[in-house]
Amino acid sequence: MSIRDEVIVQFKQVAKEQGKRLAPLEDGLPLLESGLDSLCFAIVVARLEDVLGVDPFSAAAAEEAPFPVTLGDFVRFYDNAAK
Amino acid sequence: MTMPQSNRASLWHVLNAAGDLSNNSLWGANARVKLNDLVRASVLGGRAEELRGRSVLILTGDQLTAGSALIELDGIARRMVLCPSDARLEHLPVIIDSAEVDAMVADGTTLGAPLPSVGRVVPCGTNPVAANYDRNTPCETEWILLTSGTTGVPKLVVHTLSSLAGAIEIRGTPSNPMVWSTFYDIRRYGGLQIFLRALFAGASLVLSSAQESTADYLLRAGACGVTHISGTPSHWRRALMSPEASRIAPQYVRLSGEIADQAILNHLHSFYSQARVAHAFASTEAGVAFAVTDGLAGFPASLIGTRAGVEMKVEDSALRIRSNRTADRYLGSNVEPIKDTDGFVDTGDMLELRDARYYFVGRRDGVINVGGLKVHPEEVEAVINRHPQVRMSLVRTRKNPITGAIVVADVVLCTTPAYAHEAIRELQKDILLYCREALPAHKVPAAIKFVPSLAVAETGKLIRHHA
Repeated sequence: MSIRDEVIVQFKQVAKEQGKRLAPLEDGLPLLESGLDSLCFAIVVARLEDVLGVDPFSAAAAEEAPFPVTLGDFVRFYDNAAK
Repeated sequence: MTMPQSNRASLWHVLNAAGDLSNNSLWGANARVKLNDLVRASVLGGRAEELRGRSVLILTGDQLTAGSALIELDGIARRMVLCPSDARLEHLPVIIDSAEVDAMVADGTTLGAPLPSVGRVVPCGTNPVAANYDRNTPCETEWILLTSGTTGVPKLVVHTLSSLAGAIEIRGTPSNPMVWSTFYDIRRYGGLQIFLRALFAGASLVLSSAQESTADYLLRAGACGVTHISGTPSHWRRALMSPEASRIAPQYVRLSGEIADQAILNHLHSFYSQARVAHAFASTEAGVAFAVTDGLAGFPASLIGTRAGVEMKVEDSALRIRSNRTADRYLGSNVEPIKDTDGFVDTGDMLELRDARYYFVGRRDGVINVGGLKVHPEEVEAVINRHPQVRMSLVRTRKNPITGAIVVADVVLCTTPAYAHEAIRELQKDILLYCREALPAHKVPAAIKFVPSLAVAETGKLIRHHA
């Protein structure tokens, strides 16, 4: 499964678990309008770390790099970290 | 009927007044000492007089020798410092200094290391020799208990026989002989309560051993015909996982030291259907506050207030206790007071009121902060433990870049899963569903991991690493 697929799976899974209505998952979708709240993102990030072995958010926070804004950014964020 | 006070002047007086002891013993893992011998003879080679007025470190590898020495020295020594089997060698100098230790009782199996130098050392064994001490003017010996902090130097908590035994009533002679036992080390508060309960009743007591497996202990307890037995919920969860759990058929099962959730109470009720199951609240500092026997987790809100000599109040959601069973003080320099200005001990145990019943939700210092929202691990564990396939669980914090922390759970199943990957995922989902139905979203674990076992400390409590 590609990183993009894994991200989409987790978005959908967590939205389902948390009873959130997910916006159509397109690259331009701003994360804040995705329907997921910060707890959902916390869970997505934790599970992606388990699956992919990386947590680019912690790395970015340490380097004061910008956080992703759209879903496309989010996928690239993980793509870059996994390289 | 309670005993006249003079019979409680020392533990020896208690035992001497406890009636016919001829068939009863303290049972260790490898030896036993008859209660009669503990009244008439000496396990210290008749040398207790050498320890009169001294502050004595009881540093034995074995609970049997320690318990026997406590009976012999209460009323004679000025202080007895009770070192449990997991006491750390590097803490001994501070303990010795704080308690002004000037003598020691040792059994030659202690810690497997050179003994500290404290002046007089009296060896202790399990073969009593004839001895006759002056018991006419017993002093009020201080019993020094070590608290069970997982890190740092333990605190030294001062009790007396009177504060320790404040919750113990003797109601005549029981129709059937009692045989007590406890998973605890009797040098910890929870175990000491059972030690004293047995001795006040003149009953036999089966001691546990740090060197012994749960299965072997249960076999031994069963062979001795144990009728009354206590442990922490973690002790009991581990016991119920043992094939030897059916070797004992107790009339009375007691839990203390950790939160007794509904799941463990139900399991014990159904496994030991003939037993009364009670869960008690006690701590080394606060003493025994109450026992609950209605089979339900938590306790009736009506217990708050004054009842049977114990005052309880809830302040900032934490339980505070005032009674003559609380410890007197901590020993040592630069120690904080044990009680507030009104004489209440702050237990640090947090309560939640639901339908006229208080439930323990966890420790004040164990809170996980999920994006500013508080989670007590224990309240999540209580929900997970309700799942029929779960034996025990540990909820812990995991660092998270979005919310600071999230909640994750390690779960031990009743039977080792031989499942396919898919089945494990289904079970994880099912447990999460339990959590979602009972808990707000931030308290639901973000991940569940199945583990073969969880670490339980010598104190019988789950080992928690606070973030």
